[in-house]
Amino acid sequence: MLFTLIFYFFSLLAIGSGLMVVFSRNPVHAVLWLILAFLSAAGLFVIQGAEFIAMLLIIVYVGAVAVLFLFVVMMLDVDFATLKAGMARYIPLGLLIGVVFLLILGIELSDWNSSEIAPDLRQVIQPADIQNTEALGNVIYTEYVFLFQIAGLILLVAMIGAIVLTHRKREGVKKQDVVSQMYRDSAKSVSLEDVPSGKGLS
Amino acid sequence: MLEFWDSYLGTFIIIIAQCIAVTAFVMISLIFLVYADRKIWAAVQLRRGPNVVGPFGLLQSFADFLKYVFKEVVIPAGADRSVFIIAPLISFVLAIMAWAVIPFSENWVLANINVGILYVFAISSLEVYGVIMGGWASNSKYAFLGSLRSAAQMISYEVSIGFIIIGILVSTGSLNLTAIVMAQDGNYGFFSWYWLPHLPMALLFFVSALAETNRPPFDLPEAESELVAGYQVEYSSTLFLLFMVGEYATIFLMCALMSILFFGGWLSPIPGLPDGALWMVGKMAFFFFLFAMVKAIVPRYRYDQLMRLGWKVILPVSLGWVAVSGFFAHLGWDAYARFAIGG
Amino acid sequence: MFPSDLTTILPELVLASYGLAALMWAVFSNTQKTGTALVWLTSIFLVGLSLWIGLATTGTKQAFGGAFVDDGFSRFAKVVIALSSAVVLLLSRDYLDRERILKFEFPILVVFAVLGMMVMVSAHGLMVLYMGIELQSLSLYVLAAFHRNHSKSTEAGLKYFVLGALSSGLLLYGASLTYGFSGTTLMSGISEAISDGETSVGLLFGLAFLIVGLAFKVSAAPFHMWAPDVYEGAPTPVTLFLATAPKVAAMILFARLLMEAFGPVADDWQLIVGGIAFVSMFLGSIAAIGQIDIKRLMAYSSIAHMGYALMGIASGTEKGFQAMLIYMVIYTIMNLGTFAFILSMRKGGRPVSDIYSLGMYSKQAPVQAFSLLLLMFSLAGIVPLVGFFAKLYVFLAVIEVGMYWLALGGAIASVIGAYYYLRLVYFMYFGEDGESLDDNMTRTSQITLVLSGVFVIVGVANLFGIIDISQAATGMLFN
Repeated sequence: MLFTLIFYFFSLLAIGSGLMVVFSRNPVHAVLWLILAFLSAAGLFVIQGAEFIAMLLIIVYVGAVAVLFLFVVMMLDVDFATLKAGMARYIPLGLLIGVVFLLILGIELSDWNSSEIAPDLRQVIQPADIQNTEALGNVIYTEYVFLFQIAGLILLVAMIGAIVLTHRKREGVKKQDVVSQMYRDSAKSVSLEDVPSGKGLS
Repeated sequence: MLEFWDSYLGTFIIIIAQCIAVTAFVMISLIFLVYADRKIWAAVQLRRGPNVVGPFGLLQSFADFLKYVFKEVVIPAGADRSVFIIAPLISFVLAIMAWAVIPFSENWVLANINVGILYVFAISSLEVYGVIMGGWASNSKYAFLGSLRSAAQMISYEVSIGFIIIGILVSTGSLNLTAIVMAQDGNYGFFSWYWLPHLPMALLFFVSALAETNRPPFDLPEAESELVAGYQVEYSSTLFLLFMVGEYATIFLMCALMSILFFGGWLSPIPGLPDGALWMVGKMAFFFFLFAMVKAIVPRYRYDQLMRLGWKVILPVSLGWVAVSGFFAHLGWDAYARFAIGG
Repeated sequence: MFPSDLTTILPELVLASYGLAALMWAVFSNTQKTGTALVWLTSIFLVGLSLWIGLATTGTKQAFGGAFVDDGFSRFAKVVIALSSAVVLLLSRDYLDRERILKFEFPILVVFAVLGMMVMVSAHGLMVLYMGIELQSLSLYVLAAFHRNHSKSTEAGLKYFVLGALSSGLLLYGASLTYGFSGTTLMSGISEAISDGETSVGLLFGLAFLIVGLAFKVSAAPFHMWAPDVYEGAPTPVTLFLATAPKVAAMILFARLLMEAFGPVADDWQLIVGGIAFVSMFLGSIAAIGQIDIKRLMAYSSIAHMGYALMGIASGTEKGFQAMLIYMVIYTIMNLGTFAFILSMRKGGRPVSDIYSLGMYSKQAPVQAFSLLLLMFSLAGIVPLVGFFAKLYVFLAVIEVGMYWLALGGAIASVIGAYYYLRLVYFMYFGEDGESLDDNMTRTSQITLVLSGVFVIVGVANLFGIIDISQAATGMLFN
């Protein structure tokens, strides 16, 4: 009963803030609504007993990805009015696609059935007596280690890509070499000279 | 009477009472922490610090509090009103929320959840929003620059904090904060805590905690000399107070984490003495003292130096340490593999 | 279980280690020469790898609970992919060097793309399939935008990225619907679940979305929109790369997914794939007619060729799959030869790509022009050349299963398509004598061009044994 209430609270919050992402006029507000949507999704995960995923959702999406979104949206001075003016032309098409997908979902839901042997084919069944953090760890680093490593390589490629496409070696920039700064001492950089009067140093 | 406490309403009342108890503890501590901060700072600089209100100036914070609360809230023209008001609220609420999972002694914890450390980490990763929203909503260049600096800084150091925590988690085999403390229980008291096997990480955690809470020497978001007061520049009255309280609550939280992760939480440093919440509070107070000393002693970093330190020093070292300590734990060395006593 | 898993993925492990080691070495010794050295080193490595895969391993092995499979079908593809990528690297060096974009990241991204393709062709589960596709695509997105100071190249990269992400989304949607039906992401499990009882509408939608996602990756019509723009904008070596190895990988993946996971509902997908093939052939052939940019033209050409190759899959028989393999090999070789020429098209030191600049090329360089003529005839599918036999095999395969309309459509489309290939030949031999192309073809390009020209004639004899090899490869898939 209580859980049902909490479930409806979070789902309505998620849907409502999702709508606000689309409808709010200010892009920064849109991102803030998006964050609320993420948070309510995390709440839904907690209800499902997937507390580990809920926390990851918050840390990764809200704590890092959405901050960067916010960063970009705040820095770019996007004029949403002109952007939206162009959008009006495509709204019918967008709506059509949306309706089609909704219909597909509807058809699937109305006539959904899983294979009878589907429960037996499941590869990973969570043991009853361990927490889901541990259960996830147990499969990710054993059965799915291959996928895990490939995911790492994908991220590596993304990193290489970001560097290749944006990093510029600028000429004429004075750079600090921190190590050499730290190794500098007075013996190397200061010398005491006995200046003969009237002559100065050459 | 017992049935009543088992009913929904009873449980609800108990939970609320516990929440209030923890919040009250944090708030009362804060009042004196702010005072202590100023006193320590003053002492280092051979000043007297607050000494007028009450004996030794002990009531200074109360006077400040009253003053903040009774001033008028000024919202600058062109500011985004709603975001401007929500930002300090977020900052404050999140700072208090994180305390829900902090154990003060065995079973003295509001919510003993499985993923306690992740919860704290998640909340502290959200704290950047208060800063960035406040800076943006103020519609002021100084505030905006401050908030951007702070966002980049907090994200950078969060990554390192995450890696530092992983080493501890690998040793403990659990994400539960109580389990982490219990895993440090040993025959050698002070020397069986995690600070010894994870020594480099204890230091790095302290440094990262300074950066994560925007404390000096990493207080670039509010660098007075460059940005006046950074993201807080347009804030006044109660809204400013909320920011300030949030900030100190986070600092105090970091002290608590420091003692839980590396210094045995409520465990007694001397074998034989009883463990208890007093040890925990004492340790937190000690780390707060260190925070205050650092603020008084160390000059401010430049922004590029800060970034360099975060990404080129702390991150690689902590990442390497994850591998090293994981390896030690795999070998089953006692100091690193404590799954049995903790989890 | 674990050590045997590792030996099964040993080629992938070796390639990944090579990529990482090369990256480290290049980053720490970054000089002007690093890029060139790494291109050579990588292509030698890839040739070695393909020899090792092709000669040293036999049999069928599964790893990671059946999510990864190493069989003749995948090894055949891996050899083609690695070899063609090695040739692509060798051909690219000169072009990249002249355009001053020969950075060491180029060969490294190619290595990771190849790794992604190798994972794709070995994927035996939806998750591995997706990971392989993403690794490959992400590398390709970056490569397409590699000439970052060129607005066309960055535009190509961005378009490719956005549409690729969309197609990945569709693919994932399909995969999750399929998973919802079968309760497993393993292909063997899916096929088991399907053959067990009734299929559901959810599964069919899943199948459709998976096909759409993969059709995007092979740029088959009507999901081809990205191809012309990306081909045109990307640096030419990258265009070449896009046109060869990834196509092979995606095609193999397509075939394996449909056969091994959805084999029991072959009737349902045969028609969809046949339809896609039909549309691709006609669209590719007709839309290419108006093109004056040779890279765009090759894009439409590849769309049409994907149509023919998909025909082999649409047949759903062993013979059809074998025909598809042969088609992809021949297609790859013809493309390598053609692009070896396109890469060296320059006027006054600047790369050009409009077809009028070919005017009277035969006078300037008769041998190259004749090789190109042979390649064009072969691409068009004119009788005595291998391109014709490639088409013949797929036509025969679909006729055998009674899809006459498809074979007929293919024949008509290839007649239409012949027009624009022959137009290129016309420009070379009878075109207007304008400002001629620079005479700066590198040795590598010349050799590749002439060799592939020779291949399309001599290959007619026995296709260098490809038929037997591909038969053995498909045999393993079907048994």
